Amino acid sequence: MRKAGSEIRIDRATLAFYQALLLFAVMGVWYVLTETGILAPFFFGKPLKVFQVIWEWFSGGKIYPHLAVTLIETILAFAVGSLLGLGVGLWLALSPVASALADPYIKALNAMPRVILAPIFAVWFGLGITSKVALGVTLVFFIVFFNVYQGVKEVSPVVLANARMLGASKRQLLRYIYLPSATAWVFSSLHTSVGMAFVGAVVGEYLGSAKGVGYLILQAEGVFDIDTVIAGIVVLTVFALLLDYLVSRIETRLLVWRPRAAETEAM
Amino acid sequence: MPAAAALALEDVTCAFAARGGKGRYIAVRNTTLYIADGEFVSVVGPTGCGKTTLLNVAAGLLMPSSGRTLVRGAPLSGINARAGYMFQSDALMPWRNTLDNVTAGLEFHGIAKVEAVSRARDWLARVGLSGFEDRYPHQLSGGMRKRVALAQMLILDPEILLMDEPFSALDVQTRQLMENELLELWSADRKSVLFITHDLEEAISLSDRVIALSAGPETHPIGEFAIDLPRPRDVAEIRMQPRFSEIHEAIWQVLKSEVLKGYAQSRQ
Repeated sequence: MRKAGSEIRIDRATLAFYQALLLFAVMGVWYVLTETGILAPFFFGKPLKVFQVIWEWFSGGKIYPHLAVTLIETILAFAVGSLLGLGVGLWLALSPVASALADPYIKALNAMPRVILAPIFAVWFGLGITSKVALGVTLVFFIVFFNVYQGVKEVSPVVLANARMLGASKRQLLRYIYLPSATAWVFSSLHTSVGMAFVGAVVGEYLGSAKGVGYLILQAEGVFDIDTVIAGIVVLTVFALLLDYLVSRIETRLLVWRPRAAETEAM
Repeated sequence: MPAAAALALEDVTCAFAARGGKGRYIAVRNTTLYIADGEFVSVVGPTGCGKTTLLNVAAGLLMPSSGRTLVRGAPLSGINARAGYMFQSDALMPWRNTLDNVTAGLEFHGIAKVEAVSRARDWLARVGLSGFEDRYPHQLSGGMRKRVALAQMLILDPEILLMDEPFSALDVQTRQLMENELLELWSADRKSVLFITHDLEEAISLSDRVIALSAGPETHPIGEFAIDLPRPRDVAEIRMQPRFSEIHEAIWQVLKSEVLKGYAQSRQ
C-alpha cells in the first residue's frame, strides 16, 4: 500500500538497517562506558552479562514457566476486564438512571491510582495468579468501559433511526447497532488495554508472587543482581512488542470497515 | 379526507423546548396533509422550515405535540411499520458491507439468511450495484451509498416511501440519474411517496402533487399544486417543456416570499 504525500522516502531495508545500527550504537556506548568503569557496572550492569543471562534463561528453559504465568495473567486480565467493561459500559450508556447514579463513583475509582490495590488483592486472593489478574482487570476495565460508553453515546442517531425504520426491536438494536459500534471502540483501544493487562500482571508479580517474570526481577533485585534485573526488563519489553504486534494484526482484520486515509495499491 | 389516503397527517403541531431554556419553539403548526394511494407527493419549503420534522412524524420517529398520523385510516403509534425511510445523511451501518446492509431489514424481520441474501443480490442488481457486495460504505461513492440505501429500504417492500432530500448531497448529473431510477422503480408498483426537498425543479419533475410550506417557525402549508405533466418522465428533458415552466412559475410565486423570509432568518 502506498500513501500519497508520504514524507519518508527511504526504502524499508535501508530503514531497518539504520534502526539496527542505532540499537548497536547504544549498546556499544553502554558496553564501553561500563567496561571502562565510567559507569559503575554494579548499578548499570554489563550488556554481555545481560545477554548471557537471557541466553541461559532460554537455553536452560528456566524462563518459560515464568513467561507462561505472566502471559496467562495478561490474557485473563484482558479478557475479564474487557468483558466487564463491555457489559457495564453498555448497561450504563443505555440506562440514564444507572449512569447518573454511578457517575461520581466511576470517576472516583478511575482517578484512584489502582496499583495501590495490589496489596489488598494479595491479601484477598493470595500470591497466586488471581491477585495479578484482579489488578490487571481494574486497569483494563476502565479503559474498555469508557470506550464502550463513548461508543454507545456516539452511535449516529441517523443510523439508529434507520435501523428502527427497518424494523429492529430494542434487543436487535442492542445486538446489531450498539454492540458493533461499541466493540469498534473497544478494538481501537486494544493496544492500550492489552498493555495495561500486561502492566497489571508484571506489577502484581513484582509486589508479591512466587512465579512470573516480575518475580524473577524482584528476586534479582533482592540480591543486587542488576544484570538479571535488566535481562528481565529486556525480556518483558520484547514480549510487550510481540503482544503489540499481535494486537495490530487482529485489529486490521477486525476493523476492515473503518475508513482510512486514501490508499492506492502499488502496481 | 379522501377515503383512499395511504398516509394522513391531521392538524399536526410540533413544539420543541427552545434552546437555552425558556419558552418553546414551534416548528410546525396545524399542518394537515394527505397522500393518496400510489401518489407521489413532494413537500417543498425554504431550508430549516421543519420539513424533516413532518417526515419524522409520518415515520413515527417523532410524536407530534398535538394532532395525529393516520396510516390507511388507522392512528399511528410507535414506528410506522408500513413505511420505508430514506434519510438525507448517510444512514448505512458503517461496519456492514453492502450486502449485509441491504439484508439488515430482512434479518430484523426474522427472515432466513439464505433467502435474505438472494433477495438482497436481486435488489443490488436492480439498483446497479452487482459486484459491490463486499464493499463497505466508506469504499463507495456518494451515489452508490444512496443506491444501497434505496435497496435497503425497498427490499422490505414498504407501502409508503418517506424520502428526506435523499439526493441533495449528490452532484447534478448523478442526481438526475438517481431521480430517473427512482421514477422507474416507483412506476413498477406505484407506492405512495412523501418526498421532501428544497429543490422546486426536483419536486415538479418527480411528483403528482407539490405542497409548498411557509418559512419556519410555525411552518404550515401555503399552497398545493397538481402536476399534470405526462408520465413516464425523464427528469432532464421534462424541464424543457413549457408546461413545466408554467407550473414552476406558479409555485415560485407562492414560495418566493417564504424563501426570502427563511433566508433572512438564517442570516440573523
